[in-house]
Amino acid sequence: MSSFAEAFLNWEVILQYLPAIGRGVIVTIQIAILVVISGIALGLLLAVVRSYRITLVNWMIVALVDTLRSLPPLVLILLIYFGLPNIGINMGGFVVVWLVLTLVLAAFAEEIFWAGLLSVDKGQWQAARSTGLGYTQALLYVVMPQAVRMTIPPLTNRTIAITKNTALGTVIGVAEIMNEATTAVSFSGNASPLFVGAVAYVLLFLPVVYLGRWIETRFAWKKN
Amino acid sequence: MLQVVDLHMAFGTLEVLKGINLAIAERELVFVIGPSGSGKSTLLRCCNRLEEPVKGQVFVDGTEITAPKVNLNKFRQRIGMVFQSFNLYPHLSALANVSLALRKVSKRSRAEAGELAMAALQRVGLVDKAQSYPNELSGGQQQRVAIARALALEPKVMLFDEPTSALDPELVGDVLNVMKDMKDAGMTMLVVSHEMRFARNAADRIVFMDQGVIVEEGAPKDMFGNAQHKRTREFLQQVDH
Repeated sequence: MSSFAEAFLNWEVILQYLPAIGRGVIVTIQIAILVVISGIALGLLLAVVRSYRITLVNWMIVALVDTLRSLPPLVLILLIYFGLPNIGINMGGFVVVWLVLTLVLAAFAEEIFWAGLLSVDKGQWQAARSTGLGYTQALLYVVMPQAVRMTIPPLTNRTIAITKNTALGTVIGVAEIMNEATTAVSFSGNASPLFVGAVAYVLLFLPVVYLGRWIETRFAWKKN
Repeated sequence: MLQVVDLHMAFGTLEVLKGINLAIAERELVFVIGPSGSGKSTLLRCCNRLEEPVKGQVFVDGTEITAPKVNLNKFRQRIGMVFQSFNLYPHLSALANVSLALRKVSKRSRAEAGELAMAALQRVGLVDKAQSYPNELSGGQQQRVAIARALALEPKVMLFDEPTSALDPELVGDVLNVMKDMKDAGMTMLVVSHEMRFARNAADRIVFMDQGVIVEEGAPKDMFGNAQHKRTREFLQQVDH
């Protein structure tokens, strides 16, 4: 038991590296918030564009989305971080992680929103159109609000799963939680900073899980 | 007021309407009856182009709404539609259901749209339910809100697609009463329904459809009393209690 405490709860090491891990937490929060906003917004936009059913455009959206969903985010991060400089595009690690996770979240969000759009009863479209609303108006005021509510549970899950991938930033030197923790481990020779990192992730994402659950109940309405 | 000329409609190779001609005068209430699959609902949906007819014309108040360049959204406001399954917007209150098109299509201010929506809810007797959401209303109340949603736009013609078929029997009366009030107020109405007693009492004319054609039409007393065609008599025997 004492060796367990020595390995994961060495207070001396923890106190020494806590400020660094704290800075990592801030970086992680920054990336996470940006990814959630831009990823969901882009996903929603793609789903809306897809709903106009322009054949060529839809092919492109489906191809992009399917590719992004099948690639491990780490592969994309490495590809962009190490590949793009060769053609003269230099982006910092922070931007690369944000960009890749945004694209991946957008891809999954698009699929979720699209499924939501399709699951709204046809009668809703017909009723809206019969009162003179145009296609876009029916989409924005009648169909989309219902689709978005239905998608909150799967979207919350997917958003958390993808946002946790900010930890991948460590491989390209983004000073987020995992990066600070592993650096501290190699300096101190003790795993306690990693344990602190793990605790930080739980503290960070548990509220998001609860927030998702709250939104679900807040926006749910009884089905007839 | 509503005129349908040689209307043809097909889903793939299945011909649903095979040349329908029908003229409905102002203030007239016309009932369309017939077995399921006879094309009644499709006829109704072609009248506001929720379904695009293959061939033929539809005129509303003298304007051809099947013309290629017609401003369809504008004309749909002149044609109210009530659906079998109500199709109220579940995320909006009764009042917002009624006022949405007033605000977004008629471009009325929020206050003005609210007043007109309340007036429409008044006509269907549901002012006290203005703030209720659809899931808090009975089926009959939901259908009356749906009627108010169409009425608020001051349509020239109202189309009813089996408005009481999804209702529990004890709720049917309220909806039929609202429809009767509309008839008395001078609305032009085209109704697809199996409410034969209502047809007998309120309709000016009954149209019997089968297999995509109008078999026969006439005043209720003639149709119920001595229909000319065997198919009409058989159908009426089955449904008329």
